[in-house]
Amino acid sequence: MQDISLHLLDIIQNSISANSTLINISINADKFNNTLKIIIADNGRGMSEELLNQVRSPFITTRKSRRFGLGIPLFEDSTVFSGGSLTINSQLNLGTIVEAIYKIDHIDRIPLGDIGNTITLLLSSEDNVEISLKLICNEKVFEFDTFKIKRDFNDISFKNIEVINWIQGYINEGSKMVFGGVLNEIN
Amino acid sequence: MKSIEELEAIRKKTLDEISLRSNKDGVRIVVGMATCGIAAGARPVMTTFLEELKKRGISNVSVTMTGCIGVCRLEPIVDVIHPDGSKVTYVKMNPEKAAQIVAEHIVNGRVCTKYTIEQEL
Repeated sequence: MQDISLHLLDIIQNSISANSTLINISINADKFNNTLKIIIADNGRGMSEELLNQVRSPFITTRKSRRFGLGIPLFEDSTVFSGGSLTINSQLNLGTIVEAIYKIDHIDRIPLGDIGNTITLLLSSEDNVEISLKLICNEKVFEFDTFKIKRDFNDISFKNIEVINWIQGYINEGSKMVFGGVLNEIN
Repeated sequence: MKSIEELEAIRKKTLDEISLRSNKDGVRIVVGMATCGIAAGARPVMTTFLEELKKRGISNVSVTMTGCIGVCRLEPIVDVIHPDGSKVTYVKMNPEKAAQIVAEHIVNGRVCTKYTIEQEL
C-alpha cells in the first residue's frame, strides 16, 4: 500500500463485512508529540477474544476463500516501520476500534493520500453505512458526517458522481486546511 | 474553501437527473477491492469507471466494490455482470483498460477479449 488512505479503504471494509452501520474515523496529527493517530471505530459484530488475539497474524482470516488475510498485518507493519504501532480493541456484538499511530517526521512514514477518494468510493458503494470523519490537528478541526448530510440535504444521492466529486474535493480541502504545513506531503 | 451550502445547489441540480446507479436492471460493474486489489491498484480503476460513465452520460450502469474473489495474482479484477446474469471477468486492470472497457463493452457491446480472465488460464 502506498499511502494511509489505501489502508483505510481496506480496513474499513472489514467494518462493513462485520455489518457495521456506523463507522467513525478520526485522523489526528499532533505536531508537538510528532504523532499521527488514526482511529477507526465501528459498531459491527466485533471479535471474540480468541480471534482478537490472532487477528494480527497473516494466517488468520474470517473469509472462506483463502487461508490468509493481509489487511491488518500490512497496516500494522506500515505503522511499525515509522516507529509507531497498531492496537485493536474489540467486543463481541459491540464493535471494534483500530488505532494506528505513525511518527509524523519518520522517513518511512507513508503519506496520508487521497482521503476524499477513499470516503467517496465507500459512500458510492455502500448504502447502509453512515461514515463520520474527523480530521484534527492541534486546534484545527474538520468534520464530515454522512448522517448530518442526509439529514440536512434531503434525497441527496451519494451515487451521483457530481455529488461524490464535490464531497471528495470538500474532504481534501479540509485535509489541506487541517494538515497543511504539519504533514510534509500536504502544503 | 468549499462551503457545505454548495451541496444544496448540486443536490437540486442532480435531483432531476437519474441517479448514476439507480437502475437495478442495468449492467453492474464490480471491482475487487480487498487488500490484494487495493495493493494492485484497484482504486484508480474504480474511479476511472465512475468518471468514464459520467463523461458518456451513462446512467443505467452501477459501479460497486466487492471483496477478494480468490485469484489475487490477477488483481485488479473487475466483473461486468449483465442483466441476464452472464458475467465477463477482466483481469490485471488499469485505468486505461477501464476506459477502453467502457467504450467497447459498455457502449458498443463488444467484450474486450484480450483483457478477460480466459487469457490468463
